[in-house]
Amino acid sequence: MSGLARRFTGFRAVLRREFHGYFASPLGYIFIVIFLIASGYLMVSRDFGRFLELREANLDALFSYLPWIFVVLVPAVAMRLWAEERRSGTVELLLTLPITLEGSYLGKFLAGWAFLAVSVFLTWPAVFQVARLGDPDWGAIFASYVATLLAAAVLLAIGLLFSALSKNQVVAFILAVAASVGFLLIGVPQTQEFVGKWFGGYVERVVSSLSLLDHFEALTRGLLQLNSLLFFVLFTVGWLVCGMLVLGQTKTN
Amino acid sequence: MSEDGEVLIAVSDLTKHYGAIRAVDGISFEVRRGDVLGFLGPNGAGKTTAMKMITGFLEPDRGSIAVAGIDVAADRLAVSRRIGYLPEDAPAYGEMTVEAFLRFIAEARELEAADEAIEAVLGTAHLGSVRGQTIETLSKGYKRRVGLAQALIHDPDVLILDEPTDGLDPNQKAVVQDLISSLSSDRCIVLSTHILDEAERVCNRAVILSEGRILVDSTPEDLVSQAPGHNAVRFRVTEGDAEEVAARLAEAEWCASARVLPSDVVEVEPRDGENRLNDVLAAIGEHRVADVRVREGRLDELFRDVTRGVAA
Repeated sequence: MSGLARRFTGFRAVLRREFHGYFASPLGYIFIVIFLIASGYLMVSRDFGRFLELREANLDALFSYLPWIFVVLVPAVAMRLWAEERRSGTVELLLTLPITLEGSYLGKFLAGWAFLAVSVFLTWPAVFQVARLGDPDWGAIFASYVATLLAAAVLLAIGLLFSALSKNQVVAFILAVAASVGFLLIGVPQTQEFVGKWFGGYVERVVSSLSLLDHFEALTRGLLQLNSLLFFVLFTVGWLVCGMLVLGQTKTN
Repeated sequence: MSEDGEVLIAVSDLTKHYGAIRAVDGISFEVRRGDVLGFLGPNGAGKTTAMKMITGFLEPDRGSIAVAGIDVAADRLAVSRRIGYLPEDAPAYGEMTVEAFLRFIAEARELEAADEAIEAVLGTAHLGSVRGQTIETLSKGYKRRVGLAQALIHDPDVLILDEPTDGLDPNQKAVVQDLISSLSSDRCIVLSTHILDEAERVCNRAVILSEGRILVDSTPEDLVSQAPGHNAVRFRVTEGDAEEVAARLAEAEWCASARVLPSDVVEVEPRDGENRLNDVLAAIGEHRVADVRVREGRLDELFRDVTRGVAA
């Protein structure tokens, strides 16, 4: 076994258990229903997506609001993953099996991500509708799904970190929502104007390059730019590594 | 205690601090195949901490642990394949059924014959009737057996059981103790308990820990014979003078003490813990006695004696 594979020993068993776990309780179904209602509402609402008014065969009305829905719903998916293990003491069982800390962490992340992917792909009726009504840009739709999954990944990694930090699921949830909102607010024009005014153009450019919303929008336009892809991958990996370090400290408390 | 079995756990100078508190303070011991070692000690003595280090969950500050010849610090994964571990309070995923939980453990342990292993362990732990129930709906006794089942699924050489009967009712306790006894041949078991009767029933070796140090390393039988009041004889004088009998017994050189309790009951304690019933009966002579009893030493008295010395 190579060194890297050995480091993630046991992730498959954890991935399978956690993924099934979402469907073993009502939580998973409730999540999917709320997600679909919220995304559907924001898509057709006259105040937000205005899908019906725009009369265009694209799904910008759907995708542009998904990060804001994720800010609340992704922490709900992440919160139990470590907090519950530590509260009930099963973390001791888990980490004395032939499973590494990194392996179990990755397994939980992939399980949560797979669950989010299932939820996101349940928006297919919207795709079906635009295809029926017009001639959509398939490249943009594909890129938008990729962007959505990448945004879900980075927010899930944030949620997982706070779940490793607090034994209390509610605390983990609230901290993760706060951190995710902060991460998104970096990208709104008001923040960037404010930063530009006080710290100058260079800092403004740095801050705006850290904006999840900007990178997300760039990807949904159909351009799979390398820097935007890298942004998501690096931040996801960064939050995951932070979370693993945190868990190494908190697992025995 | 087996002298010639293969050494399966070798602990040397193991030390762990929590801040300023020394939870485990330089303990060393070996456990061989065939040993059932009882970790005895008051709460906070370091039993759980020591076990967590043996399983690799906690890293020691100093010292080394080898399980089946493998250094825990160097290769925790290899060690975890040789160990079955029941953590304190037998944590398990409550929302899973017993069978699904065991399947997860089998998968995590990469067992090739998972189905057979699950069936075997459901049988050993008498869990067949609840296999389809979620673990959170089970009674404490069943939950504990689920914990034992997961620890046994890969038929490990080394079993580490942290307070396997704590919080169970007497019937559940007996079931779990019988189960542990049935497992003891051909592997080594380390279990912690603060129930001394349990150590006597299940273990062939007893280590008393207090404040992170090993105070006594012996067999339960030895401990019993060292306990204060072991083989004390007590009887009631029905005809004759109790005071006179007591005085006569007190003169014997083997006698540590002889006193008269209420309603003419005499209690004689031997100096060396040997059974002196015959000497006692000879000394009674012409007097008539009833209700003769020879007392066994009580581990809890020894335990209190030994651990009090440290606390003081």
